[in-house]
Amino acid sequence: MSSPQTAFMQISGLRKRFGTLEILKGIDLELEQGGFLVLVGPSGCGKSTLLNTIAGLEPISDGTISVEGREINDLHPSKRDIAMVFQSYALYPNMTVAGNIAFGMEMRGVPKPERDKAIESVAKTLQISHLLDRKPSQLSGGQRQRVAMGRALVRDPKLFLFDEPLSNLDAKLRVDMRIEIKRLHATTGKTIIYVTHDQIEAMTLATKIAVLKDGELQQVGTPAEIYNRPANIFVADFMGSPSMNLLAGKVATTADGFVLDMALKDGSVRLKLPSSIASSALAAGQDVILGIRPEAITDRDGADRNSKSVETVHGRVELVEPAGSDTFVITHLAGKEVTARMRADAVVKPGETVPFAFNLEKAVLFDPASQKRL
Amino acid sequence: MSAAPSQNVAIRTGRVTRAVIYTLLILAAAYYLLPFYIMLVNSLKPLAEIQQGRMMALPLEWTLDPWRSAWSTAQIGVSPTGLRPYFMNSFLMVVPAVVISTALGALNGYVLTKWRFRGDGYVFGLMLFACFIPFQIAVIPMAAVLGWLGLSGTIAGLVLVHAVYGLGFTTLFFRNFYAAFPTELVRSAMVDGAGFFRIFTRILLPLSTPIIIVTVIWQFTNVWNDFLFGASFSDFDSFPMTVALNNLVNSSTGVKEYNVHFAGAILAALPTLIVYIVSGRYFVRGLMAGAVKG
Repeated sequence: MSSPQTAFMQISGLRKRFGTLEILKGIDLELEQGGFLVLVGPSGCGKSTLLNTIAGLEPISDGTISVEGREINDLHPSKRDIAMVFQSYALYPNMTVAGNIAFGMEMRGVPKPERDKAIESVAKTLQISHLLDRKPSQLSGGQRQRVAMGRALVRDPKLFLFDEPLSNLDAKLRVDMRIEIKRLHATTGKTIIYVTHDQIEAMTLATKIAVLKDGELQQVGTPAEIYNRPANIFVADFMGSPSMNLLAGKVATTADGFVLDMALKDGSVRLKLPSSIASSALAAGQDVILGIRPEAITDRDGADRNSKSVETVHGRVELVEPAGSDTFVITHLAGKEVTARMRADAVVKPGETVPFAFNLEKAVLFDPASQKRL
Repeated sequence: MSAAPSQNVAIRTGRVTRAVIYTLLILAAAYYLLPFYIMLVNSLKPLAEIQQGRMMALPLEWTLDPWRSAWSTAQIGVSPTGLRPYFMNSFLMVVPAVVISTALGALNGYVLTKWRFRGDGYVFGLMLFACFIPFQIAVIPMAAVLGWLGLSGTIAGLVLVHAVYGLGFTTLFFRNFYAAFPTELVRSAMVDGAGFFRIFTRILLPLSTPIIIVTVIWQFTNVWNDFLFGASFSDFDSFPMTVALNNLVNSSTGVKEYNVHFAGAILAALPTLIVYIVSGRYFVRGLMAGAVKG
């Protein structure tokens, strides 16, 4: 663990109990200045609770939270120098947009002329200057979202907290606002902690992702690490859409190195494991689960030419999903549904048996017992 | 446009039903309005006309004398003061009692929903008890408490009694209203730096108009119309209107002045009537508001 001087925010041994029920089971997490940390996980995993403890809205049962080396465990939310954007936006319905944005400053005794100047500049950044006199009920969802962000921005805090801010927007607006948040982070360089259950938001926004399940951290890392080297089967399955294909097999040794035998409906198939994934301590006869992303399973022409380990498996096409930019092909291998991502113009028809090119350099192996990556 | 034909159908097919409904409604209204009509016409006649047995007829000679008498000169107990001083007593009792019980009820509702603490459910349950205890049970202990506080026979004592007994209901109203109030607003205000009271006064209270109106109407009518506590805990100079009205009707200086009694009774009922007429439509709306607001 690095010293607190290097980490902007540090959480160690954080526990949160409600009676006998433990919601957060010992979280250790660090974030550097200017970082964008996304807490992601299925509903009920404790990600929002974790955010609320950082905000000071929920007391913690154990552990410490510090910002810039200062412990903030027992500080009131208003003393933590944070701003928060809530899922429901939590705009005060009785105040105008300007009143909403200024409320925090008003509570802190900022004089009116200064407040007005700050409102004006934030409204300009977010293009809501024409809405300042309206009440929240007169705004559209996207506009409310902007006002909520304006309220956070105007305070110029050390740390921004976002609690599923885009989940109430329609699909198109969600993408637009996602880009806007990313741009905002790039231009302001603020440190942000962001909660979402949407793994695409997590991948696109984060500089660091923390995947949670049942109150425990599953993996913390850059989006690329999380995506390419998932720590366990849960992370592999949760991150990515369509999700990673997980196929059971048995390791065997040959003169060339390790191979993986997978049982098919008729016979079996033997895949040569590249040294990139077989370097770890594998043993002959060991049961493993092969994890491979849909985009690493293609038609033969679409396979990555730089890869030294492309293996071909024949399978019967069950379903073809043309998605415009790609075509998803669904088949069954080793008793499991497998999704392959082929080029849009790949010629495949349901019912045909076609070759699937597995780029095993992009594959990972998991231990079925511990669920961990090998 | 699309709704219009179906509406017409409803009117056409429902003509008989409608007639029945209206007849029943008119009969019910007449049944309730008849006593008021009798009170009103007889309060505007000289006593002689009533004594002739013409209760239902309109006055032959219209007069406001019974009203003047009831208001300022009629014999109440031993003094000929009319109802005026007691009307004032009632106001001096009702206004603080309503304000205090509403304000405390709002605060209780706020704490019980947004500042939860261990055992808050039991506290609320005990407060609800106040809504179900018959007031008669509390008369003697309350008299002892008032004596102990030195508030026996004073308006301040009555204010205390009504504020305390109103608290169960006002807390119930506000708690249920605030239970549906989005907690994220409170949290957002906390992050913004607002404290316990500023969250209450700046965020919750401005959004509580419907439930405040419901509570004020409820408390105003209950406290104004109360007779038991007024008769039990007040003195000659602190009688509320209800007790004074009773004394007006019961003090006899020979003849029963029915016209004065009727005028007095209407005067006694007037404030609650006005409160209902002015804000009654909010009453139903307010009771519904907590249920629909998400």
